[in-house]
Amino acid sequence: MIFRLAVVGLVAFMTLPTVVVIAVSFNPTAILSFPPAGFSLRWYENVLTYPQFQRAAVNSLLVTGGAVALALPVGTFAALALERGRLRGRHVWAAVLLSPVVVPGVAAGLGFLILAAALGLLRSRSVLIAAHVALILPFVVRSVWVSVRNLDPALERAAASLGATPWRAFRRVTLPLLRPGLFAGLLFAIVVSLNEFVVSLFISNRVTEILPVAMFNYVVNYTDPTIAALSSLFIAATFVAVWLADRYLDLGRVFLRH
Amino acid sequence: MELRGCTRDYGAVRAVDGLDLSVYESEFLALLGPSGCGKTTTLNLIAGFVPPTAGQILIDGADVTGRPAHLRGLGVVFQSYALFPHLSVWENVAFALRERRLPASEIERRVGEALELVRLDRRGRQRPAELSGGMQQRVALARALVYRPRVLLLDEPLAALDKKLREGMRDELRAIQRTVGITTIFVTHDQAEALGLSDRIAVMSQGRIEQLGAPREIYEHPATRFVADFIGASTVLRGRAVGADRVAVGTGPALHLAGSRALSAGAEVELAIRPERVRLAPGAGDNVLEARVEGLVYQGAQTEVTARLHDGQRVLVFVTEPAPVPLAVGQTVRLHLPADAFMVLA
Repeated sequence: MIFRLAVVGLVAFMTLPTVVVIAVSFNPTAILSFPPAGFSLRWYENVLTYPQFQRAAVNSLLVTGGAVALALPVGTFAALALERGRLRGRHVWAAVLLSPVVVPGVAAGLGFLILAAALGLLRSRSVLIAAHVALILPFVVRSVWVSVRNLDPALERAAASLGATPWRAFRRVTLPLLRPGLFAGLLFAIVVSLNEFVVSLFISNRVTEILPVAMFNYVVNYTDPTIAALSSLFIAATFVAVWLADRYLDLGRVFLRH
Repeated sequence: MELRGCTRDYGAVRAVDGLDLSVYESEFLALLGPSGCGKTTTLNLIAGFVPPTAGQILIDGADVTGRPAHLRGLGVVFQSYALFPHLSVWENVAFALRERRLPASEIERRVGEALELVRLDRRGRQRPAELSGGMQQRVALARALVYRPRVLLLDEPLAALDKKLREGMRDELRAIQRTVGITTIFVTHDQAEALGLSDRIAVMSQGRIEQLGAPREIYEHPATRFVADFIGASTVLRGRAVGADRVAVGTGPALHLAGSRALSAGAEVELAIRPERVRLAPGAGDNVLEARVEGLVYQGAQTEVTARLHDGQRVLVFVTEPAPVPLAVGQTVRLHLPADAFMVLA
């Protein structure tokens, strides 16, 4: 009984902010007050018609899409190299590639800002994409690496003995068997990139800013529930992504097995 | 199939050391040795999975030393079977044929034949993980044989099976090899497997071949102490030659040897004898040594007796039950050592 209460209490504590945001998003009045005074979808309408959010949504899709498209093959290659390659100082490489960036977001953002300025790329989305690649790569490498480690090296030898060139062996044997890790890595990369804020704040402007930055800028200027509505949409999207991941691959297996 | 002076180093470790080996057409050859003796590395050299540090590999007279594994066209069965878990049994077997871009009807026919050969024609749609260990083993065999390779390489193919299954599979393996008539090289650490399956055995130790010969030859005439120790149980006695065919062991009477090479008098000699050739009997006679029983291990069909000679050397004896003399620890027994049972070690 006590345990049950404790668990319920903890879950309530952890989900309360989310619940509050979702509730407030349906508030008919233009203030961020809880509990809501009624039910209205006007703030959702506002989200979808506000031009700066539309632009930021497109930016988010471009940046996340570009970063994921780069990070997935690069991360897969890195995971294979870590496991198979004869690298000097493998442990150091592994530590760097497998842990999410540990420097504070502000410091990383500042670094990217200075670099982008030096390269004259401040107005470009490419620097955002580059930064996102650096931020999501560890998640991709880690997910794929777990799949690589579960792979019997004899399988590729078997494929070779049966006449498959190294590339064909990779395509017909290795890649299909890495699929769970690739899929998990893809989902994590998307979720992390879509929600990234601190670093992106440093290196974007009104034209290139992604949704979380646009949301922040909105909150600075206005305090109506529009931002709650957008947050609710974000929460829903993330929830769906994690649900998909859990449904189509055993996340416990991917992450707990080493 | 031929290896010429093949050497393979892993860092400072020499896994295979200047190996020369010729394998005949349709022969079943076992590479036998303890773990770490270089037998699996030898197999990997032949398959092309690792390049030799030095030496040459020839198949049908052609030098294939620099040829990558996928162009060697050999069949390999791995210890772990290495079946592709994401493909059905049928697709596993079809893998090599698809790589060779054969027409669909041809693939259909040959996969069917291969699965029939290993009696798995009804399991084609299943995934490897749904099959028992023995069945997986047969899938691996079918997959390796389906494109009719010139040479079949087997890496401890029976090691992962339990004892009963292993014996059945051993007979089946031999039958399939005879049917297909394929040159087969078989890596094992199990002497019984090697003795029972192969035409010739290469006993390996520390990256070298200690002895190469037919199973009976290896068992009855081991060339070195290592082979005598590794294949079957044996007792090695140290003595001094007192004539071309006479050896003095300890304080006992000189032993008479039959059928061995002539010894030079005065030379130190090592004699090996199989425990099943030593007899315990009360009477006196030629080639009889006295010993004290030190240990008895009753095993049902036989009893293993450890006896110590007067000079301290130990002799292992397998006594078929029921024992001809009552056995007790501490008792003095007479060991009858037949003259033709001795193997003179190099």
